[in-house]
Amino acid sequence: MRRATSTSATLEAPLLKVRELTCSFGPGCSYCADRDAILERNMCPRCGTIHALRQVSLDVYPGEIIGIVGESGSGKSTLMRCICFDQQPSSGSVTTGLVENGTVDLLACSPQQKRAIRNTIFGMVYQNPWLGLRMDFSALSNIAEQMIASGNRKVEEMRTRGLSLLEQVNIPLRRASDPPREFSGGMQQRVQIAKALSNNPPILLLDEVTTGLDLSVQAKVLDLILRLRRDLDVSMVVVSHDLAVIRMLAQRTSVMLDGKVIEQGLTDQILEDPQERYTQQLVHSLL
Amino acid sequence: MNALLRIEGLSKSFYLHEAGRTICGCRDIDISVMPGEFVGITGRSGSGKSTIQRSIYRTNLPHAGAIWYDSMQFGLLDLTKASERQMIHLRRFEIGYISQFLKALPRTTAYDTVLQSALDSSPEGGLEWARAETERLLRHFNLAEDLWGLYPLTFSGGEKLRLNIAAAMIKEPRLLLLDEPTASLDNSSKLKVRELIEQLKQGGCTMLGIFHDLEFMEGLCDREFNMHEGFMVA
Repeated sequence: MRRATSTSATLEAPLLKVRELTCSFGPGCSYCADRDAILERNMCPRCGTIHALRQVSLDVYPGEIIGIVGESGSGKSTLMRCICFDQQPSSGSVTTGLVENGTVDLLACSPQQKRAIRNTIFGMVYQNPWLGLRMDFSALSNIAEQMIASGNRKVEEMRTRGLSLLEQVNIPLRRASDPPREFSGGMQQRVQIAKALSNNPPILLLDEVTTGLDLSVQAKVLDLILRLRRDLDVSMVVVSHDLAVIRMLAQRTSVMLDGKVIEQGLTDQILEDPQERYTQQLVHSLL
Repeated sequence: MNALLRIEGLSKSFYLHEAGRTICGCRDIDISVMPGEFVGITGRSGSGKSTIQRSIYRTNLPHAGAIWYDSMQFGLLDLTKASERQMIHLRRFEIGYISQFLKALPRTTAYDTVLQSALDSSPEGGLEWARAETERLLRHFNLAEDLWGLYPLTFSGGEKLRLNIAAAMIKEPRLLLLDEPTASLDNSSKLKVRELIEQLKQGGCTMLGIFHDLEFMEGLCDREFNMHEGFMVA
């Protein structure tokens, strides 16, 4: 028996479209308003405005993991924060076919709509678990909180779902009632992932989720991410400064420098035939 | 009959920013591969053989020329201009790549490496079908059953190669790229690879292979090209 659908399938549309996202901190001036202005890294030499993101565009397709690499300060985390409404960008748009068939710019939605989208379409996992978890609530309550935010009021259902998610991310169920502040860094990240998955979001945003973890714990988190993509078919945007992480997870990769995407392509092409000077430096730094 | 693959005037060079130098990969390459044919490319290390293969697979970005591939999904497509999504689709369903190096996920057993490849290319086949195919291919390529549950990191070169081939072949690729699969293998392992290639050929698989070893190629290829310093010389 052989495949029946692969030959007739057409390539699907992007699940998430980010277009010309720009995020600046400062007053701006006529000089840096020009998109071709030469900045000192990402700072305007005339007015001192920091241009954290400059016309960043990105497509995320169903079931794919896309990697974003770049050094600290390149704009990776700002990009993630803008997509999930933690940070208001200066301009640009974010659309998804899951909301009004992609005709609505999510960034222009009302705060209530944004909260609903954030709770049901995006799952965000931060580098610092303190940003994503309530450290004094139990692990189970953290998950329930996310489900309550999306309108669920059925206690038993939330409890069952919470336990199932904790099991999926390999948290011993005897620890379900313990607060994450008593967990190791790797366990905290896995509770964050369980919380992010609580409402079955089709898009997971993972910001440096393995940074600071020791190698064996890092391996467990990476294996978990791959398993979730395989089993749940979740699309993911994975931000990392670690090319080894990107190599393992992502099919396509964008390289960021000073707020801009300077290069994008298939991950193996980026790693083996990097075109830009910075990307070559990055690849040659790979241990 | 139309060629499955037609390379026209392919050139690829690598610019190294730090060194300020351009390295020539290959220049003005023209090759056609007909369906079911096994075309071999020979040449010394650094002659540009792998650059051609990697340009087809888009691990390298060609600078000039065209690589026409007759895709089941997209029709006649220039791989140098195909989108990343198209290339991902082709890699998943139509074009296989086998090198001497094993590209397996860490902490994944030999069995799961092949199983995942089956599920990836034919998700509609289901787990039961994928398991049966995995076991059939692992047996077919003589990978001892007591190795199936182990991580391939510890395998010998020959075992890794057979696993590589099983993972690639389970996808039933229309075009198989063989990138020096016999390099670093001993003679008995080379013979096994030769047998495998003969089997693939009998099965009608279209292949473009590059090899150091001229003796190995003898009697195996339908046509053969030789490369020297980035150019096709014969």
